[in-house]
Amino acid sequence: MPITRDDVRHVALLARLEITENEEQELAAQLDQIIAYVEVLEKLDTEDVEPTSYITPMETPFREDVVSTTPDTERWLANAPATDGRHFRVPKIIE
Amino acid sequence: MTDFEAVIGLEVHAELLTASKIFCGCSAKFGAAPNENTCPLCIGMPGVLPVLNRQVVEFGIKTGLAIHCEIQQRSRWSRKNYFYPDLPKGYQITQYDLPICLGGHVDIRLEGEDQDRSIPLTRIHMEEDTGKNIHDAHTDASLVDYNRCGVPLLEIVSEPDLRSSAEAGAYLRKLRAILQYLQVCDGNMEEGSFRCDANISIRPQGATELGTKAEIKNLNSFRSVERAIDYEIERQTKAIRAGESIVQETRLWDTDREVTRSMRSKESAHDYRYFSEPDLLPLDVSADWIERVKGELPELPDERSARFVSEYELPAYDAEVLTARKDVADYFEAAVGIHRNPKAVSNWVMGEVLRIVNDRKLDQELVIEAWPVSAQQLAGLIALIDDGTISGKIAKSVFEDLLDNDKSPASVVEEKGLSQVSDSAELESIVDGVLAGQDDKIAEYRAGKEKMLGFFVGQIMKKTQGKANPKLVNEILRKRLQSN
Amino acid sequence: MSDLISLSIDEARRRLDAREISSLELTEAFLARIEATQGKLNTFISTTPEMARAQAEEADRRIASGDAGPLCGIPVGVKDIILARGTRTTAASAILKSYEAPYDATVVARMRAAGAVLVGKLNCDEFAMGSSNENSAYGLTRNPWDTDRVPGGSSGGSAAAVAARQCIVSLGTDTGGSIRQPAAFCGVTGLKPTYGRVSRYGVIAFASSLDQVGPIGRSVRDAAHLLRTIAGHDRLDSTSVDNPVPDYCSALTGDVRGLRVALPREYFADGLDDDVRRAVQAAAQQLQSLGATLEDVSLPHTEYAIATYYLIATAEASSNLARYDGTRYGVRLGNDSGLLGMYRKTRAGGFGPEVKRRIMLGTHALSAGYYDAYYAKAQKVRTLIRRDFNSVFANYDLILAPTTPTPAFKIGEKTDDPLQMYLTDIFTISANLAGLPGLALPCGSSADGLPIGFQLIGKPFDEETVLRAGDAYQRDTDWHTRLPQ
Ligand SMILES: [Mg+2]
Ligand SMILES: [Zn+2]
Repeated sequence: MPITRDDVRHVALLARLEITENEEQELAAQLDQIIAYVEVLEKLDTEDVEPTSYITPMETPFREDVVSTTPDTERWLANAPATDGRHFRVPKIIE
Repeated sequence: MTDFEAVIGLEVHAELLTASKIFCGCSAKFGAAPNENTCPLCIGMPGVLPVLNRQVVEFGIKTGLAIHCEIQQRSRWSRKNYFYPDLPKGYQITQYDLPICLGGHVDIRLEGEDQDRSIPLTRIHMEEDTGKNIHDAHTDASLVDYNRCGVPLLEIVSEPDLRSSAEAGAYLRKLRAILQYLQVCDGNMEEGSFRCDANISIRPQGATELGTKAEIKNLNSFRSVERAIDYEIERQTKAIRAGESIVQETRLWDTDREVTRSMRSKESAHDYRYFSEPDLLPLDVSADWIERVKGELPELPDERSARFVSEYELPAYDAEVLTARKDVADYFEAAVGIHRNPKAVSNWVMGEVLRIVNDRKLDQELVIEAWPVSAQQLAGLIALIDDGTISGKIAKSVFEDLLDNDKSPASVVEEKGLSQVSDSAELESIVDGVLAGQDDKIAEYRAGKEKMLGFFVGQIMKKTQGKANPKLVNEILRKRLQSN
Repeated sequence: MSDLISLSIDEARRRLDAREISSLELTEAFLARIEATQGKLNTFISTTPEMARAQAEEADRRIASGDAGPLCGIPVGVKDIILARGTRTTAASAILKSYEAPYDATVVARMRAAGAVLVGKLNCDEFAMGSSNENSAYGLTRNPWDTDRVPGGSSGGSAAAVAARQCIVSLGTDTGGSIRQPAAFCGVTGLKPTYGRVSRYGVIAFASSLDQVGPIGRSVRDAAHLLRTIAGHDRLDSTSVDNPVPDYCSALTGDVRGLRVALPREYFADGLDDDVRRAVQAAAQQLQSLGATLEDVSLPHTEYAIATYYLIATAEASSNLARYDGTRYGVRLGNDSGLLGMYRKTRAGGFGPEVKRRIMLGTHALSAGYYDAYYAKAQKVRTLIRRDFNSVFANYDLILAPTTPTPAFKIGEKTDDPLQMYLTDIFTISANLAGLPGLALPCGSSADGLPIGFQLIGKPFDEETVLRAGDAYQRDTDWHTRLPQ
């Protein structure tokens, strides 16, 4: 299916990317070309083929239910763009 | 009445009582200082990978078995993608197409009904909780605390088969009781460890197709759930009658104004782009594991309630109330074990004991440890009534004296000289004293005014400070009033 | 000094243990080399000379106390997508411009425990997305053989640094060929291990079901040493496999007699550069002369690999890169534009064009109405591609193929055409989709004097056979000993 500029706008919102008019146009063209290419897969009949979601034939391992981390809030906040010393701070959330 | 019926489905999020979070070793305990219980993983730092807490799966199996689900021997994890500050990775690890439990049911009984209704379940899945956004009214910023982020949740989804706020309330109470019996969730709605979203639509009575639903969030008490459902049914009914159509949307319950309102944020254009979580492999649960958990299940509210009816000959209503909480049922059985008068114990537990439990908000604890009066004291107190030492009325005052101490009821009765007067001669003279000079009232009684009897009993009790043996008083009084 | 920077791990080990040189001297030689060549090549995003000297001194103490394993005191470089506590880790992205790694990746922790000396964080394509190292927010990396050409990508810095003798060995990551393709372009040896062989914990994720960390060195033997150190089960990575880690170096017996080697027809089809074809065929014959058998086979779904890869990898990436939203770390832009504005401006300004393109493609492939046609379809084709390999490996021990269709291309040559750039990964991508180990090693030189490489693909967790064949080849040839001017 060809990619329109509307698609690009919608996807850019889903992906939280601000794009300029120029980028919108350029992305529409590039994605359209890539999508046209990947549609080569349509040639294959995969009706009865199981999808590969995992590459290793294992079940997921467990950890036991014990507290194993030590509080170090300051260290985890150290890379934050904005904090109040205890919390991460973001522009006001309007619900 | 209306010619519409409501169709209600509930999604319950129950925080599990694990020591650590679902995918990292941080404490899952409520109430720590902001961002205290965090690490690179639950803050979603670059490079971190989840490792599954076994206990979460154990709790999922346990809950599924308790509410009659089919436990899936293979389930898997998916990512639900959306952006929000309380969601550090930009996706929630949850179960989507292959959840751990399918089907199941919760049986409820409404007050006044004599039959259970079985509410079918769609599924139970496991997932991680989000953090908490704190909205500060005074600044242009919000704050984020990730302590809750990664606390394990069970999402229990009912079929849209509830028809009223009363059914929804009964369903939620029953479900919470089961989770508490299993000790997998403390059921605390105020602290958010037992949360509920309601999907509500209405349709013409008898229709089979579903109407357009609204999803109601922010329901943080049983009362909110019930009020919000009533409000929403009314809102939708009015709208449809007025020829408007219902918009499928998420609405917030405003606790203060008791209305639901639309969340019209433009950020909520949702397309969650679920796909299987590549950082976790499929989850296999062996038949042995399921069998072991099944063998370890405690007696659950329904079974226990049925047993209370058959073993103690309690009315179904009593049995239901007593077994709604495991600790209350345990307390009841402890008292009955000491003094076998089940109906009297039931009356006292449902009356005095639960009144104080509620006043003191002890029911917010998962397990009540500090009973206001011990089961032993309560049993002793009822024994004193049954052997005629004290009257029921005196017993109520003795009960107050037993609060928060370990005195024996007998010693309180003795200390305060509360033993019942059962000496016939003494009572006869008291009765005579009361009747003396009351000739007109005696005449009224004899003319057929039965209730004058109560007046005389009252006078006698007043004189004896309630200690007169009521049965004896009645006998003597009737004899005196009839003779002459 | 030029003598010190040319040492193999075994040679360095012998001289360190004999106390002929110290790790500090060795480290200083490499730091000086970096100093002298970084300006021209831009292989490093950050160098860590102080940390390196401290680690070298510590290594010297261990050597003195007789507690030195193979990697103790050996200077290594690490791709800047791998977290090393105390270093800035950027993933070559502006969005992580000043991100200080708060913890060690498991591979780094294991290298530290082994006494390795970390000389710096190597340049790469932003978030490992690219095949030329032109997508770095910290400037492109140049190929040491011809500075007008790309070193390949995304681990271009890791390959170029080894080729330029800025470190003895390095770590790269390989999602669709990102170790093997730059190894081929730079004339060095690089291994993508089996998916699950090496922990991904602390490795900034691009595509979780494809990413794998691996070693790059000037020889198979050097790569084997590094693999031995980093491989093995890690309880912090649920996809890492609990298989025992063999001693890869003792697997290097030089004996390939009786090895059944398959040559997939589809990898030698039209479009393959003539120089490359000749060199790879010569490499195959070399193995045959050593006692291996050669046969042509078919991997019929090869032509679908790139499409499959770009759908799966971008879908996973779109989700993996959602966390870069200006809230907890990294750059924030548009703080005054409300929450949505902040998100969109941060990500628009913080990510480069290729990353944005892939996020867009991946988001689209997963979005409502397209999931089945794109993502789910690609997962099914992935199964077909895996089956191709399974049936070949039922009868063969190894697959031998070119690593890239051409030698290193010119800087800027493919930047305007994303699809042409994607097509350069045609021979490497399938091993990632099937989760198989792939070793790239040099086997020739083009008319322009550029390195040419071939690859050996093995059965799952059979790195030993792959390395043994590669080492046997290197014992008999000298392509891997050639150095750029
Ligand atoms: Mg949920
Ligand atoms: Zn944590």
